[in-house]
Amino acid sequence: MDPDLKIELRRQGIFTTTLEELYNWGRKSSVWPLTFGLACCAIEMIATTMARYDLARFGAEVFRPSPRQADLMIVAGTVTKKMAPQVVRLYNQMPEPKYVIAMGACAISGGPFKQGYNVLKGIDRYIPVDVHIPGCPPRPEALMDAFITLQKKIDAQPLTGADRPRHLNADEPSEFVVPQYGAHDLVPAKNPKLWNIITKPTSKECMAGVDESGKD
Amino acid sequence: MDLRFIDTYGSIAILMIAALGFAVAPLAMARVWAKKFSPHKPGPVKNATYECGLESKEETFLRFRPEYYLYAIIFLIFDVEAIFLLPFAVVFTGLTVGASIAMLIFVLLLVEGLVWTWRKGILTWV
Repeated sequence: MDPDLKIELRRQGIFTTTLEELYNWGRKSSVWPLTFGLACCAIEMIATTMARYDLARFGAEVFRPSPRQADLMIVAGTVTKKMAPQVVRLYNQMPEPKYVIAMGACAISGGPFKQGYNVLKGIDRYIPVDVHIPGCPPRPEALMDAFITLQKKIDAQPLTGADRPRHLNADEPSEFVVPQYGAHDLVPAKNPKLWNIITKPTSKECMAGVDESGKD
Repeated sequence: MDLRFIDTYGSIAILMIAALGFAVAPLAMARVWAKKFSPHKPGPVKNATYECGLESKEETFLRFRPEYYLYAIIFLIFDVEAIFLLPFAVVFTGLTVGASIAMLIFVLLLVEGLVWTWRKGILTWV
């Protein structure tokens, strides 16, 4: 439907909608997060749900203690390699449609502990992340901003067509590979279907970077 | 059919149909939605027992032995018996023959229960 016509009709007191809009409106207005905190970011997440910031205004106050009832996983904090299989398994156990917010520098990339031998360098190596929030830790406002971004993303998802989301596509998997503890690292170290961005720079490229901007 | 019958119970029938529809319609809509749009995607990890993200180590459908439960029930019965025995003993000398016999039957019934549990081996702990 033509959006201008829709606005004109609404001005005249006639409300028109589509099944897709109703469906997405319902979904985005009741996203239930998983009760799941890993580190200090979880404290900010808790603060976001409390009276001062009140995430309930966006329909997300019902934190479910079981992945079976949750729609959203907020990865709030440092994911250690010991914890990564559990995080992925919990994500796999959530029913579709499911979404992930990577909250804070650690969940995005390992953050200040990136060089640590036991820290996963970003949860998006194993599960598809919808919204990343930088910060260490991000303030509740940042989490709310991420949540509103996610709502906009849900609102724009089409019901049919080639670019429909994963949960409406029978060919796409709803489970992702759960890493195992290896001798030195998790096996596999990443899910290649999700994470194929990193290419190791050659020593020549590294030196070129130093030459250009190395003096500081 | 008598018209007064419909007058009296017709509204209840309509309400019942509406209530049934109210319950069935969302379930039917969900089923149609699943068929039309949302594909079914089960999986080995998704269907696994929820253990806070950990894999379950052993058989999860295990039996809990009700031994303590039986112990508690037996204790409760004899606890109540003791409450009855105390006033019985206090007024024993002034009781009629009928009352004494009634009390005796009550105690005998419980003794029979005790013998039964004893023979069944419930009083032996594991």
